[in-house]
Amino acid sequence: MTPEDWQTLWLTIWTAAAAVALILPPGAALAWLLARKRWPGKTLVETLVALPLVVPPVATGLVLLKLLGRRGPVGGWLYQTFGWEIVFTWKAVVVALAVMSFPLLVRSLRTAFEGVPVRLEGIARTLGRGPWNVFWTVTLPLARRGLAAGVVLSFARALGEFGATIMVAGFISGKTSTLSLSIYQLVQTGQDAHAMKLLGISVVLAFAALWISELLTRRRQPS
Amino acid sequence: MSLILENLRLPLADFALEVNVELAAPVTGLFGPSGAGKTSLLEVVAGLRRPTAGRVQLHGRVLDDAAARQHLPPERRQVGYVPQDLALFPHLNARANLEFGHAPGSPLPSAKVVDILELAPLLDRRVHHLSGGEKQRVALGRALLASPAILLMDEPLSSLDQRLRQRVLPYLQAIRREFSIPMIYVSHARDEIEMLCDEVLEIAGGQCTRRS
Repeated sequence: MTPEDWQTLWLTIWTAAAAVALILPPGAALAWLLARKRWPGKTLVETLVALPLVVPPVATGLVLLKLLGRRGPVGGWLYQTFGWEIVFTWKAVVVALAVMSFPLLVRSLRTAFEGVPVRLEGIARTLGRGPWNVFWTVTLPLARRGLAAGVVLSFARALGEFGATIMVAGFISGKTSTLSLSIYQLVQTGQDAHAMKLLGISVVLAFAALWISELLTRRRQPS
Repeated sequence: MSLILENLRLPLADFALEVNVELAAPVTGLFGPSGAGKTSLLEVVAGLRRPTAGRVQLHGRVLDDAAARQHLPPERRQVGYVPQDLALFPHLNARANLEFGHAPGSPLPSAKVVDILELAPLLDRRVHHLSGGEKQRVALGRALLASPAILLMDEPLSSLDQRLRQRVLPYLQAIRREFSIPMIYVSHARDEIEMLCDEVLEIAGGQCTRRS
């Protein structure tokens, strides 16, 4: 592997990890609300959250480009307020990965929370613990395997993201060149052998992530 | 004990639970067929269900008042509840289950509860390594250690065979004798009710049909 390949691998891993870290708190909160509460507009939110799963990733990327560009409503504000440029930087990679992994994370975490008997939470409250305390001492520990599996699955999804990332971050060597973008770029420039090497790395990474997720889910089932 | 259930109404799947009663005996038995609304009534008192009408008042303190939209959350009621399925926390061992609701400075010393219910040999065991009777005692101990103002027990012996029932019953009698905590005891079995309760309320189809 060349130093550039290592750089590509490292960029892919840390942007995927940063994206999952970014969406974990809001994703967990939303998953809990969807699993445990009834509220007006719940179906609408569920549909909106699932949209990136079915809309072409390139289309999601285009929406992000328009929103986060220097003239876009969000990007313009960030640039004027903090001087941050988002599109065509590593930040755009993280945002694209975060948006594309969000639906999968919320779905997995929701299933994990739904697997915790509401009854145990109720009994914990009769023992003098408030709702927040019950969440930390009962819900979270009992859902932990499902939560971990969801996090790993979302991370795996982020590792392979292409369409939205190329749209909003472009291919800038060393800055936004994740594994999938690099494979595409190498094939475009006729370096198929090199592309195959990166393909092998991608497969190993994805396999490891899915394997871990599967192990966590299986261990969760008997209890 | 002073538990007032005033014009209480809770719609259930096939009928509505409608109760208007004042309970004053130290131990009241709730007796009735399956699906009569006994568990739902306990859940209302524990704060796990919210009545659509009526008031619940325990020792002069209003727990629910539907008209005033008042509902005290379960953690502020001081109502100990031992459900039929026991609901022990599977991720904790027996000791952690017992200590879950035990507040520091609680008037009830944990050593006494552990002693009376003979829990010492079980403390370090995982919940899924306990037998039915042992789980029962841990669930009772856990509810007691939260220093409840009233203890609700929902068919605590129903999952046990006759032999285990005879072994656990004395523990319930010991709780009654040693802790003087008012209790509501739900059961299908007349003999249990007769052994433990001072007063019996019969419930059918969500209504109190008899008091004796």
